[in-house]
Amino acid sequence: MARALIKVPPSARRGEVIEIRALIAHPMETGYRLDATGRPLPRDILRRFSCRYNGELVVGAELHPAVAANPYFAFSAIATESGTLTFTWEGDNGFAQTETVLLAVT
Amino acid sequence: MPMAAQPISRGRRRALATGAGLAASLVVRPAAAAEDLAAAVAAFTAGAQTRAGKVTFDVPALVENGNAVPVTVTVDSPMTANDRVAMVAIFNEKNPERGVAQFAFGPRAGRASVSTHIRLAASQKLAAVARMSDGTHWAAYVDVVVTLAACVDGDPV
Repeated sequence: MARALIKVPPSARRGEVIEIRALIAHPMETGYRLDATGRPLPRDILRRFSCRYNGELVVGAELHPAVAANPYFAFSAIATESGTLTFTWEGDNGFAQTETVLLAVT
Repeated sequence: MPMAAQPISRGRRRALATGAGLAASLVVRPAAAAEDLAAAVAAFTAGAQTRAGKVTFDVPALVENGNAVPVTVTVDSPMTANDRVAMVAIFNEKNPERGVAQFAFGPRAGRASVSTHIRLAASQKLAAVARMSDGTHWAAYVDVVVTLAACVDGDPV
């Protein structure tokens, strides 16, 4: 399991726009670099990221090697009801990780 | 930003260590790059013309480290059910691949804004293209100067 950091306010008022930040530890090896002996390093990147709020999409992303190591995303969501924010990352070599954060809406 | 204060992974450290050597062998591609960028944008819009405006593309004009360049794309949109941003895509001119990242805004998205960190292999032009719910495309271009390039260029030495 890669280390993931997610920042979501613990509570929000109904209708409020909340800021979400998500970062995951991942080398995002591009596949274009060479190792010390001149052989190409195989590609190992995250291909997809998504954030869902009670199952409905907030933001989805498709990533290319030009996304920096330890991919970071900041975006916003509308707080409509208390529930769960689900963050998923998928990538090469079968990488898959899911994190959930609870959000209380008053 | 507290989130960045995590331990640097071993891969990242290795990337930094080899960065200087590879940057020295970096070869800037010929003038076809500008056409490549236009072609990548056209592929995203399915051939439709992009219009200038609505899209704000925040990138530092002078980048000291091409390995992690903070970028923010903000689109002027009310984000209502009928008038919203469907997708935002970022393209570059001189990295090995034209695509950088593509973002889809779902029904729960708040503002039409997204930030991330990208790699830049050379000083170049970047494009941010937004696809609206009405099918129109809006684009913003920026030129960035990179002093330390990311080691993503794989041209044989």
